[in-house]
Amino acid sequence: MPNLNINGRNMSVEAAGDTPLLWVIREQLQMTGTKFGCGAGLCGACTVHVNGEAVRSCQTAVSEVAGKKITTIEGLGAKGEHPLQKAWVAEQVPQCGYCQSGQIMQAASLLAKNTNPTKEEVVAHMDGNLCRCMTYSRIQRAIMRAASEMRTASTGTDRRNT
Amino acid sequence: MNKQVKITNGEPTDLSRRTFLIGTAAAGVTLGYAAIPGSLGLDKAMAAPAKIDPSVWYSIAPDGLITVTVGKADMGQHIASTMAQMVAEELGSNWKDMRVSLSGNDPKFNDPMLGALITGGSWSTMMNFDAMSRAGAAGRIALTEAAAGMMGVPAAELTVRDSVITHAKSKKSKTFAEVVKSGKVTKTFTPDELKAIKLKTPDQYSMIGVSVPQLDIPFKVNGTAKYGIDTFLPGMVYGKLVLPPVRFGATVKSVDDSAAKKVPGFIKAVVLDDKTGSTTGWIVAVAKTYQDARKAADALKVTWDHGPNANVSSESLLAEAKRLQQKGDAGLFFVKNGDTGAALGTAAKVLEAEYTTNINIHCPMEPMNCTAHKEGDIWHVHTGNQFATRTGAIAAGAAGVDPKYVVLHQAWLGGGFGRRLDGDMTVPAVQAAKAVGKPVKVIYSREDDVTMDFSRPLTYQKIKAGLDADGKVVAMNHDVVSAWPTKRWGIPDFLSPSVDKKGALDAFTVNGADFFYSVPNHNVRAILNELAQSATPSGQLRSVAPGWTFWAVESMIDELAHAAGRDPAQFRIAMLDGAGDNDGGAQRLRNTLLAAMGLAGYGTKKLPKGEGMGVACVSSQERKTASWTACVAHVAVSPSGEITPKKLTVATDVGTAVNPDGIRAQVEGGALWGLSLALYEKATLKDGGIEQTNFDTYTPLRMSQMPEVSVHIIANGEHATGVGEPTVTVIAPAIANAVFNAVGARVRSLPITAEAVKGAMKA
Ligand code: FES
Ligand code: FES
Repeated sequence: MPNLNINGRNMSVEAAGDTPLLWVIREQLQMTGTKFGCGAGLCGACTVHVNGEAVRSCQTAVSEVAGKKITTIEGLGAKGEHPLQKAWVAEQVPQCGYCQSGQIMQAASLLAKNTNPTKEEVVAHMDGNLCRCMTYSRIQRAIMRAASEMRTASTGTDRRNT
Repeated sequence: MNKQVKITNGEPTDLSRRTFLIGTAAAGVTLGYAAIPGSLGLDKAMAAPAKIDPSVWYSIAPDGLITVTVGKADMGQHIASTMAQMVAEELGSNWKDMRVSLSGNDPKFNDPMLGALITGGSWSTMMNFDAMSRAGAAGRIALTEAAAGMMGVPAAELTVRDSVITHAKSKKSKTFAEVVKSGKVTKTFTPDELKAIKLKTPDQYSMIGVSVPQLDIPFKVNGTAKYGIDTFLPGMVYGKLVLPPVRFGATVKSVDDSAAKKVPGFIKAVVLDDKTGSTTGWIVAVAKTYQDARKAADALKVTWDHGPNANVSSESLLAEAKRLQQKGDAGLFFVKNGDTGAALGTAAKVLEAEYTTNINIHCPMEPMNCTAHKEGDIWHVHTGNQFATRTGAIAAGAAGVDPKYVVLHQAWLGGGFGRRLDGDMTVPAVQAAKAVGKPVKVIYSREDDVTMDFSRPLTYQKIKAGLDADGKVVAMNHDVVSAWPTKRWGIPDFLSPSVDKKGALDAFTVNGADFFYSVPNHNVRAILNELAQSATPSGQLRSVAPGWTFWAVESMIDELAHAAGRDPAQFRIAMLDGAGDNDGGAQRLRNTLLAAMGLAGYGTKKLPKGEGMGVACVSSQERKTASWTACVAHVAVSPSGEITPKKLTVATDVGTAVNPDGIRAQVEGGALWGLSLALYEKATLKDGGIEQTNFDTYTPLRMSQMPEVSVHIIANGEHATGVGEPTVTVIAPAIANAVFNAVGARVRSLPITAEAVKGAMKA
């Protein structure tokens, strides 16, 4: 019966240790923002953060993450106020939206370390996340917009976001 | 047509019911339904609503919020938002007040033209524009009349804007909320009155043509959007599929659940008894949690009779297609103009070529899933679906009840692309729920989803065309051999009579072949590949027939141009002369092609060696519903045949752009879909089964493979056309034509591989 810390809350779940974190989060805890796409580490729909790193929850056994800090899309900015979420709305990124929690979580782990990524760095970081609706160009634009917003916020200047 | 329009407002004393409703109960065409034997006809599914709701298009609540009920499946094309936008234009509401809700399988939300709850064909905007506009206008008129009475001024002096009704002279105004709350909205409309309403002219639009933010986006960035897979019901258990190795035709011989019984939480292995013909040889392992169900599924030992398709492969499907094409009497004529035999006989030059496409898989990011639950007499089926009318009937067939006892609960679709026109996912959920007496959620694994896809069929086309001495195309014989996805539905109204009335053909396998080029002698034959029909039950994959017909046509036109020694773009422009039936459409397509050429710098840019530009232009999806779309593809080809797409320039004439940014998103996505199908996606059949299983072997385009996509929308005031699919169809031929211009290699099979390019270079 692993104890998990998800979005700052401690929870205990009844699940065998080899259960993928994905199914515990989605189906047992009913936090459905994290999505199932392939179950094989090939699409990124299930991306969450474990101690700040983006991981594929479908490839992560629940026993591996006991006691670690797990963040899901619901914990990134529940009201949608994370710069990436705001940028995602500004650029009207989602089509079906199903991949987008994973895309945003994947992007957030990049911007947490580097708020001034090049286009090549963005592509390299995001290439494991499939979007069947092919919203890739808007994802790129939104990441750049959020990065710029984060730089502005951290330098404290009133430089306008473009 | 039993049309009735009513506007009601609730009891004046009951504030909570003071909601203003506008709606229609439109009887649709009656569609027969052969796939489910017995009395479970689709006509009944359409005639008998299972739940009683006020008949509404939209309602305005006392707080002024306007909720449009959308009978369309929203799979990311933002059609729900677009429907609200069409209403808002005529209603005069503030965009901030607009909300949407999704309808299930209740026939009163049937498409006004199609008479069913179905989303496909890039039809929705075009076919609902008038109805939604009239609904909006009727609401505005009713609210205005009520407001006039409240203010004591003539209705004709009132203006409506941003959900406020204003009398300029007296400076009085009332909000929609105030008018609705008053309970004074009493106007009703007969269908004739509704039809007589004068709608705005484009110069009066303030909402159509504006890129208002899509209503479904805010909840898609914070994880709160609810998809079918996010359904939870009290007491629910889980089902995981156990599938035979062949796509279709297997039967279960034996099931040994002794090992599964040792899995904690295991409940039962349910062998499906599917009279709807959607599945064969499927078993559901039911358990307390999905993880238990997965383990139990792995532990089940099942043997199957692989059935009649056990030896079918992509190769045998292609061989059968070639055999059928050679039969003079095969198939049915979709186009038969002039005398192609005579014209080919006297042509100065005759070209003949075969074009093929491989099997393609939809792979929406949300795998198929369904949660089913019986409550009293009613089956509740929760799943995101594009054809609620038929899927409700399939669920009913699985349950063994009349369709009126099925309520389909619609959700946001995590991708559709045509996959969710099918209803197979309801069968395991319903039958498992019936077997265990509990709500069951069935989730297909990605492997289940890929291997049991209703795929785009393998297609084989042969075109024989003749040029006269002046290099003009005088004749074309075009044979299209494929499975017939829409025939599989068993709904006669979706088939079309052949031009010589010899039978009914599936026009959704040949649309596009009836192009707008002037070719005086022109035949198109639609030939059903029965082997493919039985071994690979096919579906409608984003863009359907034009996804393969234009691959062949636009490749052949290029080949003809080169044979005639003409620039392929100029050659097309000459053929788009607007003669006869092509008048109007041909000119629009020509203009679109010219626009794309100009925007891409076609014929003016000097390109380095190994690079080339190619053009294609299409009238997808159907002649009557065309969005005029042209592409200039710019590619670089390495000596080993590797293609690097550098830029896709797409122009599309959509008549009226309701939401330009939304259209741009669809066209961008469509262009990349087209590219993905052209270069990266291929499925194969072996021993009756699809060989690919997940995104390691079936590989849609990723971000790093994305070229620059330059999208240009042409809105010239004609009526609005669809945008979800047409662009998909223009890309593959444009790429192939660009490859030819780059390195002289003509490739006629999709997807285009480096190997094929290299081989054609040497040839
Ligand atoms: S579901 Fe985990 S990577 Fe696809
Ligand atoms: S938005 Fe549909 S899969 Fe990405």
